[in-house]
Amino acid sequence: MVIVLAFLTGGLYACGLYMMMRRSIVKLIMGLALLSYATNLLIFTVGGLTRAAPPLVPEGETVPPVPFADPVPQALILTAIVIGFGVLAFAVVLIEQTHRSVGTDDSNNLRGIEGES
Amino acid sequence: MLIAVLSGFGFSLAAIWIARIGRLRGWLFALLPLILTLYFLSFTPAIIAGEVITASYTWVPSLDVQLAFNLDGLSWLFALLVSSIGTFIFIYAGAYMADEPLVGRFYAYILIFMASMLGLVLADNLITLFIFWELTSFSSYLLIGFNHKDDAARKAALQALLITSGGGLALMAGLILLGLAGNSFEISTLVAGGGVAEHPLYVPILLLILTGAFTKSAQVPFHFWLPGAMTAPSPVSAYLHSATMVKAGIYLLARLTPVLGGTDLWHLLLPAVGGLTMLVGAYLSLRQVDLKRILAYSTISSLGSLVFLLGLDTPLAAQAAIVYLVAHSMYKGALFLIAGIIEHETGTRDVTALGGLARIMPAVTLAAGFASLSMAGIPPFFGFVSKELLYETTLGLQDTAVLFTTLAVIVNMIMVAAAVLVFVRPFTGAIVETPQTPHAVPLGLWLGPLALGTGGLAAGLLLSQVGSTFIAPAVSAILAEPIEVNLALWHGINPMLILSIVTVLGGLVVYRYRHVYERISSRLDTSERWGPAQWYERGLDAVLMLGQLQTRILQHGYLRVYLLTINLVVISLVGITLVTRYDFAGQLPSTDLHFHEAVTAVIIAVAMIYVLFARSRLAAVVALGVVGYGIALIFVFFGAPDLAMTQFAIETLTVILMVLILYRLPSFANFSSRGQRTRDAVVALSVGALITTLVLISTTIVQPSLLTPFFAENSVTEAQGRNIVNVIIVDFRGLDTMGEITVLSIAALGVYTLLRLRTPSQRKVDLTAAVETGEIAEKGKSEEAEGVQ
Repeated sequence: MVIVLAFLTGGLYACGLYMMMRRSIVKLIMGLALLSYATNLLIFTVGGLTRAAPPLVPEGETVPPVPFADPVPQALILTAIVIGFGVLAFAVVLIEQTHRSVGTDDSNNLRGIEGES
Repeated sequence: MLIAVLSGFGFSLAAIWIARIGRLRGWLFALLPLILTLYFLSFTPAIIAGEVITASYTWVPSLDVQLAFNLDGLSWLFALLVSSIGTFIFIYAGAYMADEPLVGRFYAYILIFMASMLGLVLADNLITLFIFWELTSFSSYLLIGFNHKDDAARKAALQALLITSGGGLALMAGLILLGLAGNSFEISTLVAGGGVAEHPLYVPILLLILTGAFTKSAQVPFHFWLPGAMTAPSPVSAYLHSATMVKAGIYLLARLTPVLGGTDLWHLLLPAVGGLTMLVGAYLSLRQVDLKRILAYSTISSLGSLVFLLGLDTPLAAQAAIVYLVAHSMYKGALFLIAGIIEHETGTRDVTALGGLARIMPAVTLAAGFASLSMAGIPPFFGFVSKELLYETTLGLQDTAVLFTTLAVIVNMIMVAAAVLVFVRPFTGAIVETPQTPHAVPLGLWLGPLALGTGGLAAGLLLSQVGSTFIAPAVSAILAEPIEVNLALWHGINPMLILSIVTVLGGLVVYRYRHVYERISSRLDTSERWGPAQWYERGLDAVLMLGQLQTRILQHGYLRVYLLTINLVVISLVGITLVTRYDFAGQLPSTDLHFHEAVTAVIIAVAMIYVLFARSRLAAVVALGVVGYGIALIFVFFGAPDLAMTQFAIETLTVILMVLILYRLPSFANFSSRGQRTRDAVVALSVGALITTLVLISTTIVQPSLLTPFFAENSVTEAQGRNIVNVIIVDFRGLDTMGEITVLSIAALGVYTLLRLRTPSQRKVDLTAAVETGEIAEKGKSEEAEGVQ
């Protein structure tokens, strides 16, 4: 599965970057979303895959029964997911507002509009 | 001694409050330089005895920088000049700026300057000296631009700063090289050690240090910043730009004479540049009608004479230089202050528009008379002695005696004419109507110039005492050996006296026929078009153009080109490193694969490729959602239920947000050509391939985690939590989570503000929709913040 996930991560990066390099600002958002999936998956895969139980300590014990999944990358990804959403939400609204103010969805036409609207 | 140097910095912090006390503030501020003057005077017996007083404080031990101060004859003389002239300047400024609302700021700046100048002349460490050197440039910048609402003042301040700090950079390089070549950053050690002149780095060291000294002391071709600096208030012109700061370069040359002097290059460069500056400054001074500009150009000429004299580095030349320096500081400081009084009282500085002031301001006239006589070199004033010594020096030269004596006589004739001009025109003759009607001048204003003017007379009358007390220790310090100084007004009829008489008579002739001079010189003059000031302007324009050009190339504003550049750099740097440094062992991670995992992976792959080619926005959003849910499933398979839950929640929110907002954006458009798409695809695929390779490589390297056992063992015992992931987030890394929540709140505020932002025409139309989406986005934020917990 590691090999499959490695290709999946690479593929997500490629798709995300390709979308971000489009001139359409709508595609830019899609690319951003794909890129954040890709990064989460990257951390997850590199952090060590295991089909073991989640890192939970049963009642009456002080340590989880081995083997258990590594909690450290999970904590990182949890943060990354939420922050990724914050960034995406902000970007979506910003681009929507930009489009409304400027009236174009071509990022080439966004230059030199500072101070105009 | 540290307190003596740093007290000015301390007082500058309090200057704004001290200045509130009203009219007497000038006298109050003058107490500090007065105390400093007395403090330095208390060293007189020790200095005459040839002692050197040192004080050293550790400053940056790791860089071997000491706050080392060294009070010898030269430093002492300069410190006395700085503090005693400072006393009169501070009194004067109190009256001069009586109605200036920002007077507190002015005193703050000028106190910084005084402290820096003291630090500069007392420093024994090259780095310390350089820092104080730059501080004087910096305070000069603030003071020239003091009338910051005046465009010309700002421009002149910038010009002075760029020129002097540009020279400062060269100086820094030179001082560091000097420290390396001489194996010490202490000037006293360098003087005692010697051997720098034979060092292979000697030529670059000398050229760099000379650049610094010449820019500071306004030598040709860097002289043009000094007349520009005359936009500063008159006390500043008198203090910084004639009496002290511009002499910092002279001080540096004198200080380093034992280290760098005595070589052919030194004997060639200093007299050549100094001689040229003498001539150019004198020539330009008589072409001015603005009182301060006449004085500024004659100051340039005097600075040239000082450089010229130091370049000869004989005992006689050093003696002439020090006498000239002291005499010049007194008479030129006085004349600048008088120019300030004239402007203050009459509203003009144009000598052709002035006249008859002697009847209105007798004390000022007396001071101006003394100063002008000293400047013209009339006995028994101190200026006469300096001119005699200058002639004695040039006559004693071997091959170039005729050349340099002629030069000195011509320059001094023009100086005599200039001295006559600045005295006769404003003060004698009939009273001329001026923009303001002059009144009686208050004591605070005329005290300084009169004291300095009288000083020139007193020094001439008490010549032998002045020579042995003030001049001899300084000259000994320059040459690093004890020197006897015997000054006298009367040496009998000798060539110097005859030259002096010729000079004065010639000067009077030049003054009488200055209209002819003006006509000839304006025909010869090409400096309007080809002078160094024009080169400065052109250089400045070129720098700005270069800046614009490189901004246009590097900061073009196309996001996708930035991305392209970044990606290409990453591919080439990481890729090249991988290919050249990494040894592929052919080892691959485990290949076991369950059926449900394979199906999920295929679904994700199909969905993400669909996003690329989707024609409808809605379909693309749905495909994006499929990718997200698929990843959530992977989290489930590999023991991460917390991640899966969060991912499901966030994914749902993302899809809702996208659907709500995207329907207001235009549908997908293809803007790029086929070629561009292919290029981007190739780059994106390369990055993807690189990431895949990195993942494959890194998963084969198995390293036991050090953190995991810690969290597993301490989760229950330390934090009382059974879900280790949650414990990490809310307990072990609780502060991080705090920060994250803050980031999210700020993002939420940003989203909310952006949604409320409406161009007027759209306000009504979009109001309902905005409120809806705004609420949804807000709600999404709070939910997901809870989700973290």
